[in-house]
Amino acid sequence: MGAEGMSMDDIRASGERLGINFSEVDLDAIRLPPGEDFGIISDDEDLRNEEEMEFEAGFGNIIVVDNLPVVPKDKFEKLVGVIRKIYSQIGVIKEDGLWMPVDPETEKTLGYCFIEYNTPQEAELAKEKTNGYKLDRSHIFAVNLFDDIEKFMKVPDEWAPPEIKPYTPGENLQHWLTDEKARDQFVIRASSETEVLWNDARHAKPDPVYKRSFWTESFVQWSPLGTYLATLHRQGAAVWGGASAFNRLMRYAHPQVQLIDFSPGERFLVTFSRQASTNPRDTDRVVLNIFDVRTGKLMRDFKGSADEFGGVGGATGVPWPVFRWSGDKEDKYFARLGKNVISVYETETFTLIDKKSIKVENVMDFSWSPTEPKIALFVPELGGGNQPAKVSLVEIPSKEEKRQKNLFSVSDCQMYWQSNGDYLAVKVDRYTKTKKSTYTGFELFRIQERDIPIEVLELENKNDKIIAFAWEPKGHRFAVIHGDNPRPDVSFYSMKTAQNTGRVSKLTTIKSRQANSLYWSPTGRFIVLAGLRGMNGQLEFYNVDELETMATTEHFMATDIEWDPTGRYVATSSTSVHHEMENGFNIWSFNGKLLYRVLKDHFLQFSWRPRPPSLLSAEKEEEILKNLKKYSKKYEIEDIEVTNTLSEQEKERRKILKEEWDRWVNEWKRIQEEEKLERQNLRDGEASDEEVEYEAKEVEVEEVVEIKEEVILFD
Amino acid sequence: MRPILMKGHERPLTYLKYNKDGDLLFSCAKDKNPTVWFSDNGERLGTYNGHNGAVWCCDVCRDSSLLITSSADWSAKLWSVQTGVPVFTFNFDSPARSVDFSTGDKLALITTDPFFRLPSAIHVKRIAQDPSDQTGESVIILDGRHQGRINRAVWGPLNRTIISAGEDCVVRVWDTETGQLIRESDPETGHKDKITSLEKAIDGGSNFITGSVDKSAKLWDIRTLELLKTYRTEQPLNAATMSPLLDHVVLGGGQEVTRVTNTDHRAGKFEAKFYDKILEEEIGGVKGHFGPINALAFNPDGRSFASGGEDGYARLHHMDQDYFNSRNRL
Repeated sequence: MGAEGMSMDDIRASGERLGINFSEVDLDAIRLPPGEDFGIISDDEDLRNEEEMEFEAGFGNIIVVDNLPVVPKDKFEKLVGVIRKIYSQIGVIKEDGLWMPVDPETEKTLGYCFIEYNTPQEAELAKEKTNGYKLDRSHIFAVNLFDDIEKFMKVPDEWAPPEIKPYTPGENLQHWLTDEKARDQFVIRASSETEVLWNDARHAKPDPVYKRSFWTESFVQWSPLGTYLATLHRQGAAVWGGASAFNRLMRYAHPQVQLIDFSPGERFLVTFSRQASTNPRDTDRVVLNIFDVRTGKLMRDFKGSADEFGGVGGATGVPWPVFRWSGDKEDKYFARLGKNVISVYETETFTLIDKKSIKVENVMDFSWSPTEPKIALFVPELGGGNQPAKVSLVEIPSKEEKRQKNLFSVSDCQMYWQSNGDYLAVKVDRYTKTKKSTYTGFELFRIQERDIPIEVLELENKNDKIIAFAWEPKGHRFAVIHGDNPRPDVSFYSMKTAQNTGRVSKLTTIKSRQANSLYWSPTGRFIVLAGLRGMNGQLEFYNVDELETMATTEHFMATDIEWDPTGRYVATSSTSVHHEMENGFNIWSFNGKLLYRVLKDHFLQFSWRPRPPSLLSAEKEEEILKNLKKYSKKYEIEDIEVTNTLSEQEKERRKILKEEWDRWVNEWKRIQEEEKLERQNLRDGEASDEEVEYEAKEVEVEEVVEIKEEVILFD
Repeated sequence: MRPILMKGHERPLTYLKYNKDGDLLFSCAKDKNPTVWFSDNGERLGTYNGHNGAVWCCDVCRDSSLLITSSADWSAKLWSVQTGVPVFTFNFDSPARSVDFSTGDKLALITTDPFFRLPSAIHVKRIAQDPSDQTGESVIILDGRHQGRINRAVWGPLNRTIISAGEDCVVRVWDTETGQLIRESDPETGHKDKITSLEKAIDGGSNFITGSVDKSAKLWDIRTLELLKTYRTEQPLNAATMSPLLDHVVLGGGQEVTRVTNTDHRAGKFEAKFYDKILEEEIGGVKGHFGPINALAFNPDGRSFASGGEDGYARLHHMDQDYFNSRNRL
């Protein structure tokens, strides 16, 4: 009932006036005269309207095919037959779903027809596939969705200049970076609740920012620089942000969207959906849209079958992201792996560079440098080993091959870029001579040096299985977990040490660790060696500068780990994606001290809000580092203040609680005293409620159980 | 603190009860035979044989002469504590769930489970001075308000009220004279899931604690049904009790039995957790059981407590001196 309806209070008031007792009225027994609603609009009305609306939009499965030949009556059947043949290949035409109108005077067709499919998807597909279809030279089909016709009819014949709206300044989307206490934000999802919080490590608890139920229909995702929070809905994706609360900034229509991806500079948003085809013979349909994040304009869409977009595998059947963005912050290029090609598009025009893809026979994988428009690609062995596998570096947009390396007996290859794009590590799995097993080595490219020298690195024990590999962000070191034991070893290497600038050298190996994944601090230097899932959440916080363990601890059953963008804190979480136990998250300091712990049932997601890169120059940063003492003083004083007030507050709180309790107890004792006599009576006069004063006496009791006489015979 | 492991039951423990003097510990289990132990050294004194189903609950009278037990065999029995002889059997039309002697031991209440169309009920029986005069007649029967099972009911102050709680998450206070419902807990602040246990404070019942599957325990004023405290835990609770000596509450439970798989014992959280009664903060835990904890009881002297688990063991814990020294006050 809307605001126009009567409130319950009004009804009660008028009831009293009329002398009606509502508790005696059987509401179900009341029947209104037909057509009378007493000015109260029924809820059903909305429903009816909704139904009608749906009906209006229900022509999505009809297409209009134009530019057909105009034929006389005797050829009518034949033309219908041809059209039916063409269009029933694409989808199921409804019974009586093909209608070709005829001019009643000339008895000739009018050169168009209507086709009704079972589903809008089929209609969409039919439009796409047959628009421009050449029946013969003079009859090129013009196919449109019936719903679009009206839209096209409304286009005014004369162009009118668009109205220029006055500029209204938007909110400061970077406002969260100006937090007085320099805290970071994170988003969590548990059950249907999504919540953004400050990490208030000083107070050892999260500080709420914004909370909303059913904010998203699947997950939420921060944009790479932290400006936006993206949510997914049935109709499309939306981004949220702003200074004070999270307001919706833009919507991107994409029905049934499943996955999204931002370009690294946040200029573009890629949305993805995959829908099962109504025809079981056909593969699933994939739709990819690329939007401009700020304007919401659709820049380019890609539609096709799931096969075209990388075949099977993964929950959505497509390796994600389909489009990989070049690392430069201008978001100039994006690329996609195809069959024997890599298609590189540029975002000026959203077309292929030079109008064609890069042809690479059998290319398996590629990856962009994180900072420059360079692609590293991998081609496996061909012709039973006659043609070696190769890894090569290609520059974009020139498509020039800068460096390549041939590799033999390769079974698999994995490429790891260092975050500045200074180094590229290629993990190569090779067959042994017998081809029965594989062993692993690394090819290390020094991208910034002249001629891009390549180095080969093999582990001391060549047969060790590589469990994880990770570059130090912005650094020159990397860590490897290797070994076949349940407790593998972890080794650290450096691309340049003081003694050895041009060669890779090992720093140390720490033996038998409970770890299967590596998490470097985003500022380098510190790393968390984690034993997730099978290893129950073992954590080792390790300082790579000093080569020493700072802390070993565990977050039992942890499934995910994420450093905050500043490298000050680590969040470990246990999500119900893996199991329903111990759901929640822990926040640790960089050196492995547990700061606080939050438990939430059905915990689904934890994500730190990313920060944009620092605007300070390298010199300035160095200067700050030099004068760190000066700066840190201010924060240390604040820290002490916070700790003091906290303990004050805590003391105060405890005192109040205690006093409250004592008051309660005293009150109870008073009543208990009053009732003492009654209680005694209930017990037939037994005096005390308290334990009766008694003496413990030891009493020895002898009991004769049985006496029996037996005669035992001697042999 | 080295616990004494008391292995006498073949099935999961269901309830533990100390007598007033604290020298005897009575245990109930699903294996039909309630057992009595010396609470000091865990030595088994004897069993009470006669039930033909799981025994859910028991109570012992003030002078430790009579024991009452309730069982899934649709009966509650009175026993002579000393001889182990069944004195009287109350028969019902559904399983008997919980029992409690009134102040003065002249009355006992027995709750029965719902069965087909029969709702759960609280039966009040008169306990005769002389067992030979005992009859099965009920003084009053309270029923019809609880949805599902009543998991526990106890006497209020001066036997004027009865407090009950069970599967419908609501704590109810009844007038014993009239059988009227006097109070109900507020669904907003009250438990959100099945209440599994209810235990009175030993001080004569100033307050009582309830434990629930909603992973919390709550402390209530026994007269006003005012919610005093809430203790949040990480596991569904089966048992809750309070220390008679210090301001501590002990909570036990664990992952539901049906969901316990081959996981690590830590995942199930089969720990007895100690909380500060006033500050509502966790202060410690006692590990040991390798299944959920079903029963907890504090010795009236406050120096030891017992826990009973789904694993079929009862564990007797005598507190270290440290426990009494380390009082984390202000």
